[in-house]
Amino acid sequence: MFTGEELILACSAIGAGLACIAGIGPGIGQGIAAGHAAAAVGRNPGARSEITSTMLLGQAVAETTGLYGLAVAIILLFVKPLT
Amino acid sequence: MTMLAADNDFMIKGLFSYELFGHTLWITTSHVALVMVVIILIGFAWIANRRIKKAEEVPGVFQNIIELIVEKLDQVVSGSMGAFAGKFQNYISTIFLFILLCNISGIFGLRSPTADYGITLLLGLVTFALIHINGIKRHKIGHFTSWFQPLPLLFPINVIGDLATPLSLSLRLFGNVMSGTVMIGLWYGMLPWFMKLGIPAFLHAYFDLFSGAIQTYVFCMLTMVYIRDKME
Repeated sequence: MFTGEELILACSAIGAGLACIAGIGPGIGQGIAAGHAAAAVGRNPGARSEITSTMLLGQAVAETTGLYGLAVAIILLFVKPLT
Repeated sequence: MTMLAADNDFMIKGLFSYELFGHTLWITTSHVALVMVVIILIGFAWIANRRIKKAEEVPGVFQNIIELIVEKLDQVVSGSMGAFAGKFQNYISTIFLFILLCNISGIFGLRSPTADYGITLLLGLVTFALIHINGIKRHKIGHFTSWFQPLPLLFPINVIGDLATPLSLSLRLFGNVMSGTVMIGLWYGMLPWFMKLGIPAFLHAYFDLFSGAIQTYVFCMLTMVYIRDKME
C-alpha cells in the first residue's frame, strides 16, 4: 500500500493534470478572437495593424484564467505544498 | 522519483547566502540574470548617449538603430495614450526594453528574471502606483468618488477590480515566461540526447523570442490603457 507521502504526491500529480484542463477555455476564446480578427482584416485590410494589436490585447486578457490553472499545476508539482 | 530529481534544473537556485538582521537571505540566479540585464541596458544607453551627442546629419548604422528604437517606442506610446503621451514616454520605453531583455535572456542560457514572481509583482505594483497617483493628481477627490459610480452599491466590486489589476498583470507575465521556462527545462531534462539536437532551437525561438516579445508588448499596452482609463 501507499504511505502517506506517496499518496499525496500521486494525488498532487493528478490534481496538476486536472488543473491544466483550464487551458480549454482560453484556447476557445483566443481562437474566436483570432477568427474574428481575420474576418475584420478581410473586410478592411487597411486597418490591419490596429486590428492585430487589439486582438493581441484581448487574447492576453483572455489567457489569464488559463494561466491561473497553470500556476496551480506548477505549484502542486514543484513547490509541493501538501507534503 | 528519479525523474523528479532531474527537473529541479529550471527552478530558482540560491548561489550563496548571507545574514541580515537575523534573517538568512540568498543571492539567487534571478539576481545574477537581473544584474546582467541591467548592466547591458546601462552600457547600451551610455554608448547611445555618447553617440547621439555628436549626431551627424547623415546617420550611420548605430545612430540609425537608436533613432529607429526611440521612434517606434514613441509611436506606440502616443498611439495608445494620445494627449497624455508626453509624460509617460520615458517610463514606458524603459520598462519595454527592460522586460524585453529579461524575457529573451533565456536564449543566452540565463534563467529569465521575469520567471521569478518577485520581479513581476514589483512591476505590477509600480503600475498600480502610477495608475492611482496620476488619477489623484488629475481628478483630486473625484478619483475616489468614481468608485461610487454608477451606483454606490458597486463600491466593493470597483475596489476589488482596482486591486486585482496589479495581480493579474504580474501573474500574466510570470505565467507566460514561467511556462516557457518549464517546458524548455523539461525538454532538456527528461528526453534522450538525440532529441536535444536542433529541436530546442524552435522551442527557444517560440517561447523566448515570440512569446517574450508579445508579453512585453501586452504588459506595456495594458499599463498604458489602465493609466489612461483613470486619467480621462
